[in-house]
Amino acid sequence: MRIGVITFPGSLDDRDAQRAVRLAGGEPVALWHGSHDLEGVDALILPGGFSYGDYLRCGAIASLSPIMTEVVDAANAGLPVLGICNGFQMLAEAHLLEGGLIRNDHGSFICRDQVLTVENTETAWTSDFEAGQQITIPLKNGEGGFIADADTLDRLEGEGRVAFRYVDVNPNGSMRDIAGITNARGNVVGLMPHPEHAVEPGFGPDTAAAMRSGVDGLGFFTSVIRKALVEA
Amino acid sequence: MPTIVVDVMPKAELLDPQGKAVAGALSRTGRTGFSSVRIGKRFELTVDGPVDDELRASVQQIAEEILSNSVIEDVVNIDFGDEADESTEG
Repeated sequence: MRIGVITFPGSLDDRDAQRAVRLAGGEPVALWHGSHDLEGVDALILPGGFSYGDYLRCGAIASLSPIMTEVVDAANAGLPVLGICNGFQMLAEAHLLEGGLIRNDHGSFICRDQVLTVENTETAWTSDFEAGQQITIPLKNGEGGFIADADTLDRLEGEGRVAFRYVDVNPNGSMRDIAGITNARGNVVGLMPHPEHAVEPGFGPDTAAAMRSGVDGLGFFTSVIRKALVEA
Repeated sequence: MPTIVVDVMPKAELLDPQGKAVAGALSRTGRTGFSSVRIGKRFELTVDGPVDDELRASVQQIAEEILSNSVIEDVVNIDFGDEADESTEG
């Protein structure tokens, strides 16, 4: 399965996302923001970072990039799209996902290994998890506070579209502890924490078994690959 | 050349962590009497030609769709510089 990872000016985690795809058994394809060509990939990842220096609003200028025209069309046609951190902010700015991300309520950048509950396992990126499963992956952001009006929050929860919720600690003031959401179809998923940083023993979060052995993020990438194989 | 000014503020009902941090600094330095501080953005758009109705409509749309995100912010004012043209600039 060929999974495209789009690099924007200021992307930081594009190569980490490519590595995660490779470790999950897929073929990463490097895509460029200034192009209009998705190169026929089977899924897309919008990686983390600080595109355009977070000018205007996080993800706002990137969401107006040339390639986003094709990303929006492909997402609306059902192509699996995962937005991580800055990528989630881009999906929100592009109106592919509801809500917005604002500065953390405590005002500081935060970097920690974060426990999440996977609440929706029907999406393209979460089918390898069990409903209610708790996973630990790194979180690192300055503007990760998820907000939406009360009606939108009720609708997201009512439709089971809160894909991930923070456990124990709400690290950024996100409303209703929301860490990530999905669109109604389940092909577009965005979250603030970083699954691509928890995919290889020795380089992930600490676990009870051993230091840095956490690979809970791998399930995101194996999910989309397995689903493609089943449907092929 | 005319300059159009667009003011954008975080929605009133949302926490503004930047404003809160400034309010904290004011109170720490003994500047009392301020119940809150909110921080917004001011955009200055300098235009090449006259400010006609078409441009006004275009700026209105740009302000609502690009300069602000209606989920988290409001466009609170657009100043097309009409008064400045007649009085202060001359």
